[in-house]
Amino acid sequence: MSMSARPAVPDHSTHGTGSAPAGRHPEPSGAAVSLPRGVTANPRVSQWLAIHGDGTVHVFSGKAELGQGILTALGQIAADELGVAPHRVLVLAATTASGPDQGFTAGSMSVADSEALRMACAEARALFLREAAARLGVDADEMVVADGVLRDRDGTCKTSYWDLAACVDLDREILGLASPRPVAGRAVVGTSAARVDLPDKLTGRPRFIHDLSLPGRLAGRVVRPPSPAARLLEVDPAPVERLPGVVAVVRDGDFLGVVAETETGAESAAVALRQACRWREEESLPPEESMQAVLRGAETETTVVRDDGAEPGPAATRGSGAGSAAPTATTAPAGTTGTAGTTDGTDGTDGTDGTDGETPVAATSMSATYTRGFLAHASIAPSCGAALWDEDGLTVWSHSQGVHPLRRAIAQAAGVDVATVTVHHVEGAGAYGHNGADDAAYDAVLLARAVPGRPVHVVWSRADELTWSPLGSAMVADVAADLAPDGRLLSWSYDVWSYGHTARPGYAGSPGLLAAAHTERPHPLPPSADPALAGGGGTGRNAVPLYVIPRRSIRAHRALTTPIRTSALRTLGAYLNVFAIESFIDEIAAAAGRDALEYRLAHLTDPRAREVVDRAARAAGWPGQPTEDGVALGIGFARYKDRGAYCAVVAEVEAVHDIRVRRLTIAVDVGRVVNPDGVANQIEGGAVQSTSWTLKEQVRFDRTQITSDDWESYPILRFTEVPEVVVEVIDRPDEPSVGSGEAAQGPTAAAIGNAVAAAVGVRVRDLPITAERVVAAMDD
Amino acid sequence: MTVNGVKRSVGADAETSLLHVLREDLGLKGPRFGCGAGLCGACLVLLDGYPTPSCDTPLWAAEGKDVVTVEGLGDLDSPHPLQQAFLDEQAGQCGYCLSGILISAAALLTRNPAPDEREVAEALDRNLCRCGAQRRMIRAVMRAAKEHP
Repeated sequence: MSMSARPAVPDHSTHGTGSAPAGRHPEPSGAAVSLPRGVTANPRVSQWLAIHGDGTVHVFSGKAELGQGILTALGQIAADELGVAPHRVLVLAATTASGPDQGFTAGSMSVADSEALRMACAEARALFLREAAARLGVDADEMVVADGVLRDRDGTCKTSYWDLAACVDLDREILGLASPRPVAGRAVVGTSAARVDLPDKLTGRPRFIHDLSLPGRLAGRVVRPPSPAARLLEVDPAPVERLPGVVAVVRDGDFLGVVAETETGAESAAVALRQACRWREEESLPPEESMQAVLRGAETETTVVRDDGAEPGPAATRGSGAGSAAPTATTAPAGTTGTAGTTDGTDGTDGTDGTDGETPVAATSMSATYTRGFLAHASIAPSCGAALWDEDGLTVWSHSQGVHPLRRAIAQAAGVDVATVTVHHVEGAGAYGHNGADDAAYDAVLLARAVPGRPVHVVWSRADELTWSPLGSAMVADVAADLAPDGRLLSWSYDVWSYGHTARPGYAGSPGLLAAAHTERPHPLPPSADPALAGGGGTGRNAVPLYVIPRRSIRAHRALTTPIRTSALRTLGAYLNVFAIESFIDEIAAAAGRDALEYRLAHLTDPRAREVVDRAARAAGWPGQPTEDGVALGIGFARYKDRGAYCAVVAEVEAVHDIRVRRLTIAVDVGRVVNPDGVANQIEGGAVQSTSWTLKEQVRFDRTQITSDDWESYPILRFTEVPEVVVEVIDRPDEPSVGSGEAAQGPTAAAIGNAVAAAVGVRVRDLPITAERVVAAMDD
Repeated sequence: MTVNGVKRSVGADAETSLLHVLREDLGLKGPRFGCGAGLCGACLVLLDGYPTPSCDTPLWAAEGKDVVTVEGLGDLDSPHPLQQAFLDEQAGQCGYCLSGILISAAALLTRNPAPDEREVAEALDRNLCRCGAQRRMIRAVMRAAKEHP
């Protein structure tokens, strides 16, 4: 028995040139070629890959393995595009020393961004084919590639990538003139290739940054302030410096840390140093029990996400829909940008003639408010980093989501030339957004500065991980709608308040590194911002329902100050926004006496949206058999970021003594599927993590500090609480691939909320949905 | 103590955590630091056959005992049936929790070679997984039990 995954060697003996004459490498014609952004930023083939004489290919990715399996997927893409067996391809970890700068690994963009790698590989293939054709005296168009062997059609003339590796120079610009292979010619993409990193992780081999083996390594620990606003009054480092094995005690302003020969030594020294400090603490956190009012009352920046010109209240629209009990949606997709339109886009949706000029009267107006608390990343591994200052400059090892932005932020904070800084990515535990990885890297930088020539390896404590990593923001959303007499949606108003959802290294001109805010010459952390709407937004992410609604007025209000440090956590604002939209749709459907599934389909025109909703419902046996008291189904749906994956979730919930999610039935459409099992794994994981958020999670704090600092005060879902998860992945080979890591969270929360409401007959609008809150809602 | 079948002597302070001794002194990186309080399961090892958090077990408590880490279950060339089943089921995402989960599962299969899903979940309830790969892991344990009765 061997653990090596044995991927089938694909047959790449398809025509080597794809659908266009890529074997010949024509000179630039002057025609504008649309290049992916990764290519624009990293224009040379050699920035993306190297082909070696020993029969191997190295792919340099700017994307980080975060536990999502991206190294495996990128290897599949490269293998297909080059025409080699996947086992020959090694995708190397991102580093600023070489390879492309692809910014952050975030926003479910890595697979979509892989078009750049695909193009680089296609270019390399074309260059090798051209060289082979010239040497063999055959037409490049007549050549094929099979596992790196380049030959003419009858196989009499042949050579290989490996034979030609030394004489084909890939240090040349990607011109975008070699066509990537057509989808039908891809043998590896679309298969469930085994994860390349799992064998190491299953046998305890050193693979994580925590396992890093560096010559002369020292152990570092940081002594953080006891609370966010605390200032150091005095510290006596002398007794700590005298402890055995302590190499250095570092103080820079309010930043304190120790460096020791061993982990145990560093831990003991950190405890001693903490006892040697006197801090002045002050209350700087908002009152947890009134976060709703705090957010509403904050000074905010308001973004109009969508405005079709209506305010809540008696709505003006066309087509009263009278007589149409179940309007069917038959028009073209409503579109996810621009307006659904009151001029021509939705006129036919009610099945009537949509006569202009009618002034329908809203039969019903409804409104509700939905909230969530702060969420922690709560990765199983505490953040970790390592750094070395020596004659070559500064070398840093980090599980950051973006080694290039981190490099620039470190150079800025440390006041050194960016050219002297190198950052290598090393895998950490699962990353679900902007966690403490970058901060831990800078901790190591500050501590290592005290011991030039020796690398310092810093590991955070569990308490620091849960209290100092950026959090996902608390949010509150008001939603109101007007309905026609038949229940059809006429207008929709939505206001959502939140702290910002991004504070990544380099944002707002600041390093954005925790320790840099504590040093003698500080770089304070600016208030968290939101990504632009064009980039998916933050507070307003997924705030626009995909349902056909004639008039929508949707605004996102981002607070201008951040009393609790917030940043990107998986899905950003979409988790609450989808929960609010999909809960409210259920409330409306119930008020209108309509089935929740039928009501959704009546307002959905996008065929891909309809298909995931329909498939999930059918797979779950919607509407279910009401055979057991306190057991019910609920549904939730969204298209992530309005242009990403479509995902529908049906939850089966049992709400008798406690709230248990028994089963999640999910249908997802991510366009062309690179790795079906990889997609299923991401969807399952996202759904289970969202179940945990939705049933259990809320960061606790008093006015001075965050108090949920261990696994007892911040519990997450356990094995016995994890639902069955059934995932159906719809492959659409002709649609662009989009990410899967953030598709399921919002719909899962909504499905659970809707199932709970169906099971117990009362609605909980505040996340997490705990048994306490269900009881309180019943008492109301 | 005996570590993965080999007698080892360690010259460390008796209060040093077993986790640090395994990782730093003996170079076994399989057991992982997660919380330092025995609450997450990432550092579990078998101590005389019982899954035990090595992060809050002092070295003296392991003296003379039999310690098995995930490395002791099997390796790339000769994996334990559980390791193979986890690979076959692609049961993991980031993988940081896997060492401890394999230790809990191995202890379960020793005392109960044919568990049902409920028993597997209960046996793994001390282990946290943040990526949400628990169902795959339960399937993998069931598979290992079935294929290697």
